Amino acid sequence: MLLQVRGLHVNLPDQGERLHAVRGIDLDVAEGETLCLVGESGCGKSMTALALMQLLPRGAQLRSDRLHLGETDLSALPERKLSQLRGRRMSMIFQEPMTALNPVFTIGDQLRTVYRRHTGASAREAQARAIEMLESVGLTNASLRLGQYPHQLSGGLRQRVLIAMALMCEPEMLICDEPTTALDVTTQAQILRILKDAQTARKMGMVFITHDLGVVARVADRVAVMYAGRIVEQGDRASVLRTPAHPYTKGLIASVPRPEGAQPGTRRLASIPGNVPAFHREDARCPFLSRCPARMDVCGAVPPPLRQVPTGQVVSCHLSLDLLEPVPA
Amino acid sequence: MTTAATIPVPLPDEEQLIPRRGFWRRALSHRTFLFSAAILLIITLIAIFAPMLAPHDPYLQNIAMRLKPPFWHDKTVAEHMLGTDQLGRDYLSRLIYGARISMTIAIGATLMSALIGITLGLIAGYYGGWIDTAISTVITTRLSMPIILIALAVVALIGPSLTVVIVVLGLLLWDQFAVVTRVATQQVCARDYVTAARVIGSSLPHILFREILPNIRAPLIVVATVEMAQAVLLEAALSFLGLGVQAPLPSWGLMLSEAKTSMFFSPWMIVLPGSCLFILALGINLIGDALRDLTAGGRG
Amino acid sequence: MAVVVMMIVSIICFVLSNVAYDPAVGIAGAQATDEDVALIRQTYGFDRPLPSRFIDYLGNLAQGDLGVSYLSKRPVLDMILERLPVTAMLAFFSMTLALAIALPIGCAAALWPNTIIDRLSQFLAVAGQAIPNFWAGLLLIVLFGVQLRWLPISGSDTYAHFVLPAITLGTYAMPPLMRLIRAGMIDVLGSDYIRTARAMGIQPLKLTFKYALKNAVLPVISLSAVQLGFMLGGSIVVESIFALNGIGYLAWQSMSRSDMPVIQAIVLMISMIYIVLTLLADLLNAYMDPRLRSARK
Repeated sequence: MLLQVRGLHVNLPDQGERLHAVRGIDLDVAEGETLCLVGESGCGKSMTALALMQLLPRGAQLRSDRLHLGETDLSALPERKLSQLRGRRMSMIFQEPMTALNPVFTIGDQLRTVYRRHTGASAREAQARAIEMLESVGLTNASLRLGQYPHQLSGGLRQRVLIAMALMCEPEMLICDEPTTALDVTTQAQILRILKDAQTARKMGMVFITHDLGVVARVADRVAVMYAGRIVEQGDRASVLRTPAHPYTKGLIASVPRPEGAQPGTRRLASIPGNVPAFHREDARCPFLSRCPARMDVCGAVPPPLRQVPTGQVVSCHLSLDLLEPVPA
Repeated sequence: MTTAATIPVPLPDEEQLIPRRGFWRRALSHRTFLFSAAILLIITLIAIFAPMLAPHDPYLQNIAMRLKPPFWHDKTVAEHMLGTDQLGRDYLSRLIYGARISMTIAIGATLMSALIGITLGLIAGYYGGWIDTAISTVITTRLSMPIILIALAVVALIGPSLTVVIVVLGLLLWDQFAVVTRVATQQVCARDYVTAARVIGSSLPHILFREILPNIRAPLIVVATVEMAQAVLLEAALSFLGLGVQAPLPSWGLMLSEAKTSMFFSPWMIVLPGSCLFILALGINLIGDALRDLTAGGRG
Repeated sequence: MAVVVMMIVSIICFVLSNVAYDPAVGIAGAQATDEDVALIRQTYGFDRPLPSRFIDYLGNLAQGDLGVSYLSKRPVLDMILERLPVTAMLAFFSMTLALAIALPIGCAAALWPNTIIDRLSQFLAVAGQAIPNFWAGLLLIVLFGVQLRWLPISGSDTYAHFVLPAITLGTYAMPPLMRLIRAGMIDVLGSDYIRTARAMGIQPLKLTFKYALKNAVLPVISLSAVQLGFMLGGSIVVESIFALNGIGYLAWQSMSRSDMPVIQAIVLMISMIYIVLTLLADLLNAYMDPRLRSARK
């Protein structure tokens, strides 16, 4: 397994209290595999991503039973070693391409710095590599672009530059935190293709965070559905998307507008009532408790068990297996 | 599934999970705020009750008792705890009365400049266009002029007195108020409730004073503290240069100026009034910082 | 904008020297009779209407004629230019000192918030803001000049003469710079692009001193220009305490003798320098910040 995560917890300071943003999650990503982490905003997706990179904001606490990249135990590395590892073995792409590049340095400067940092290459080699990478993410006039500043580029171009930067040193693992959310639909499709191509070419592992199920359908090999700091359902793309089992996943998929099933005026867009709760105290009960349409007495008393359902995915819910029976979506 | 959904489960109220505490509750647990508020409260009380607190008449001269040192010296005189000045006046009493002058000037000048600055800022921020450009030019002009020099020149022309100092400082210290009000007004005007008020045809004074002003008061209170500290220090500087409050009034700046001639032999004479100024300015600045901290977030 | 501001400043200076104060009385001196004053008013043309006198005033300004001192009867411009180097030197030393303290401590405070160094920076900022600068000057005189006898306390003959005044004025200029550097650095260190650079494994030192500092220092340039302008005004207090023979001292001497042409010329001069400084800061900012640079094109 390329990336192995067991029992990951993150808590953050929140107005004098501790907010449990991630509450014990397990993830596995194999070489060349894409794991999509799906959920509403505030469910802890981004904190999970930052925790994997060991880039949590100041004051955040991270606890894990196992956090391994290949043979390397990430949780045991000192900051100096982590900094050597980031960008070389493991890179990350962020949501906001508009603010993710340093405004006072040229694109080329920023790209070359990353390459030379990890390879000790000469300026000339770094320049050549930067051009090669920009071309591989579909930028025309690459050598001209290198002399430009971030503000001279559109959002889509900036995101390509960031992808190029993340891939400069051929990392084994790429973490993408909603890389297409801030972009328009056409650009979105192009960026997804670039990422997917880059992944196949390098057999790179990828954790892809998104709230957009359309994106999940395009890039995921496996899907983990996250709710209030926990993973409630995890499995193959096909089984999770086509035959969702957990009431939250069902609700999430039902809330996606789909043109084929809709007849005008007959079908209303479903939505899940309520908001994602925030947890300040330990609470092992089902996080979806307050909004679940199928909740039972037992949900308020006992933590939900983890079980595999017939369609293959692992679900954390009290409902009996026949009630978890998938609804064809 | 039908049965499960109908059974209610007692859940914590969502609202209770969000910590909500008012300004005062946060303020009362804010150390800087408590410390600076205590300093200012003490100085204000001293200023108000000066006649009762002062052991002597601050103007009473006694040539036989000139330049007596304060209590930590050997040659101190029991009845003058903090010694006497070059005319034999009780230093403690003069320091106590000095608080009155500094506080009067701080409050008077700040109120006046607040009135000028907030009015200009509101107009510039609300109307925009050429009015904004004109007022911004005025603000820039004011910023470009050396404030102490102008104050000195005007005081020199009119003749120095307490009232003149208050008015001159009031006329000069409005720049920060105007700058902050202008920007804050622009931000608030872009919000929906102001547009709504405009649409339903509320009167201009109503929009300016009921809709906008209450929403920008947090940054303005912070500016007020900055300007108060400025006023205190500028008055002291003017009086020190001989063009502020005039003798025999016990202004701390003036006391420093009078002590200058004897500072080599009696350094305590400059240490005491300067410390008073420092503590007052420190208190005002710290409370400004604390307020900025307490009101940060939530408001633009 | 700058031109309009200069115009308004010159109007104020004209009002100061010609309307609020009767120049005829100034030239005639305190002992002059009413007839003398009337005669002077006629000879110098002070009885003409204000607008035409203002136009003359502007014409003189344009030719570099700032008027003649009532007392020394010398051209004011010469008097100012003679003393400007002293004040410029004082401002330069003070600014260097202020930045030398504010930059490292402000950065360190931003890097390690809520540590001793952060507390120290906040203490220095608050204390520096609250100390009356003339009082600080007096204390320095007593301590270093009189008790320890390390440094000269009055005059402007050697570099040593500038040490105490520069400390005094530097203390006054330092707090806002330090606050801005600290706040700016905290802001930048929490920005998306620093996070990106960290995710790419850029070394912490390079991150701080290359990626972050260049961004955080941009607003400091503008503030430095403003502070430098304020220092010229603040120099009046410091120079009068240390008898440093610059334009501040000149202003103070002229003030006590009601020498209005000199005062108005100094006000005008300082305002002009302030405007030029802020313009220079804008240009420097545009040079350093690529976003502004291309906005100009």
